[in-house]
Amino acid sequence: MILRTTYVVLSLWMLGVVWCPASAEAGQWDIGGQATLETRYFPYSPEFANQKKIMVSPSGTLEPEFVYEWNDGSERLTLTPFVRLDADDKRRTHADLREFNWLHLGSSWDLSVGVGKVFWGVTESVHLVDIINQTDAVEDITGEEKLGQPMVNINIEQPWGTVSLFALPGFRTRTFTSDNARLHGPFPVDTAHPTYDSGKKERHIDWAARWTQIFGDMDISISHFQGTSREPRLLPQNRGGQTVFVPHYDQIGQTGLELQLTTENTLWKAEGMTRTGHGKRFYAGAGGFEHTFYGIAESHVDIGLLLEYLYDGRDSRFAPPSIADNDIFGGFRIAMNDTQDTTLLFGASFDHHTKATFINLEAERRLTDHMKLEFNSRFFVNVPANDSIALIRSDDFLELKLNWFF
Amino acid sequence: MKSIGLWKQRGWFATVIGLSALMVAPAWANAANNDVTDTKARGLEIATEAEQRDSGFGDYRVELKMTLRNKHKQETNRRMRNTTKEQANDGDKTLIVFDNPRDVKGTAFLSHTHKVGSDDQWLFLPALKRVKRISSSNKSGPFMGSEFAFEDISSQEIEKYTYNYVRDEIFDGRDCYVVERFPTNPKSGYHRQVVWYDKAEFRISKVDFYDRKNELLKTLIYNNYNQYLGKYWRANLMDMVNHQTGKSTSLVFSGYQFAIGTTDMDFTSNRLKRAR
Repeated sequence: MILRTTYVVLSLWMLGVVWCPASAEAGQWDIGGQATLETRYFPYSPEFANQKKIMVSPSGTLEPEFVYEWNDGSERLTLTPFVRLDADDKRRTHADLREFNWLHLGSSWDLSVGVGKVFWGVTESVHLVDIINQTDAVEDITGEEKLGQPMVNINIEQPWGTVSLFALPGFRTRTFTSDNARLHGPFPVDTAHPTYDSGKKERHIDWAARWTQIFGDMDISISHFQGTSREPRLLPQNRGGQTVFVPHYDQIGQTGLELQLTTENTLWKAEGMTRTGHGKRFYAGAGGFEHTFYGIAESHVDIGLLLEYLYDGRDSRFAPPSIADNDIFGGFRIAMNDTQDTTLLFGASFDHHTKATFINLEAERRLTDHMKLEFNSRFFVNVPANDSIALIRSDDFLELKLNWFF
Repeated sequence: MKSIGLWKQRGWFATVIGLSALMVAPAWANAANNDVTDTKARGLEIATEAEQRDSGFGDYRVELKMTLRNKHKQETNRRMRNTTKEQANDGDKTLIVFDNPRDVKGTAFLSHTHKVGSDDQWLFLPALKRVKRISSSNKSGPFMGSEFAFEDISSQEIEKYTYNYVRDEIFDGRDCYVVERFPTNPKSGYHRQVVWYDKAEFRISKVDFYDRKNELLKTLIYNNYNQYLGKYWRANLMDMVNHQTGKSTSLVFSGYQFAIGTTDMDFTSNRLKRAR
């Protein structure tokens, strides 16, 4: 409800701004966006009886971006709707407002009101500190695709650092793949009836604050979030002999720390968080480095090596499961630095307790000024039934994506 | 600045009297021991004068079109916008926002260059709304897949080179000083560069780039100079040719605006998130 009200009020106000600019100077429109066509190929049969035997699965997206700027760029409206059509997964066929906000740029501060996206964090393998936006989990399993979050955000820059304050009205529930789809476990998830710690349910207003400062080669950020957990716990319910998972969203407090030391060819990165509200207070952290060899063998090719260690101390009886509780992540990034910006990223996370390995390969190359080809693959190797990733261990896939930018 | 003033007077005087060889040459071409020091001092003087003449511009904004050509003359275009703010006692601050190719539209690059020590650089990736601090040690890598290396497009501070005056020469009808410069940064992709400054305005007309093996790698020609605020010269066309690969890159600048009133707050990593 609150979401709908927010959207309606914002829409009317923005229409007013765009068609009746207060200032004499006319604003400027900038319209762009992208559309994609993609196909996933699942080489293995699904593990669970509820899953359809889908091997090839096409899908497409459209994400236009409308931007209106006025007052010499110090006022900006952004509207970015997103829609996906999926041939096989009804829940993956979905629409979202990725952005719908007004931004004011002051001399040493800025204010944004509306739906937006905010990223926090430095490490490559996990994003422990990142918490403002809900994960759009039907999009990909990397957790990097996000739903738009309604917010009032002010950033103030001072000599002693930048302070960001957030009020977050309107909770977004996590998206889940359909009960019969690939990348879904054996039990249905009742996404329509989530439960909450807070009596205000999705109307609970969350808040967050972050301080960030640069000390020479060192970037530091400290943040705190208080409100509804973006990660749900899936509580089993027995409905007439059938086990159904119901997403439950707890009230949590999460304090985060981000560090990056930028030296010659090496970026040293670490981030960590501590959380209350999911059982006893626990800690999680990830840290490592990215070292780049520029211009390999007198060519323009750069090769970056990544190594990170991941720890998560949560008790899975009281907290949503973590897929990286005691893992080592290693990978490399190859940038050809050619006209087509060809890049390749390979990463593997290895859980040294369960021996489970998650392998991720991403490659991309520009075809024309408006087109790009992407290839992704996600593979699960040696995943035992007790590992948190076991539910999707037979849903390895390859993905070919054609992006059109306009 | 006294030394430069004196040297300029001497040069002018000598030319007028027509005794240049007699009067100027002994000062910096005789006496084997002083030769090198003198040509070095002269090279530095020329570079310093060029920088002096360009200092005080404050800030500017400009649109760039970059055309990449391969051996077969096939073209690819890039478009971007550059905003630069001069710093009183340090290198410039520069923000570049990319418009084309469309897949990198909205990507923004922020650089705080320093006279001494490595530059600070950040990259904004619009799809993830993520600002990444990046290493600036990749001097010799290509900028946007072009024939311009990162070190070619970054702020050319005096302190980044040592200098050596070579000779006078007419280039493209302009009387020029030819000065060698040697990068002080060991990560540079160049052994040396040879720069042609025109005597009238101390504008760069041409640069030859020699790779680490001291072989001619690239030539950059500056064309279509325009003067802004009655003082500052900017080339509206820069052509870079790679002699070793046959590839070339043209940079066309348009819509120069000076005195646009930016502050240092427009060049912070926080503001980078709002760049477009």
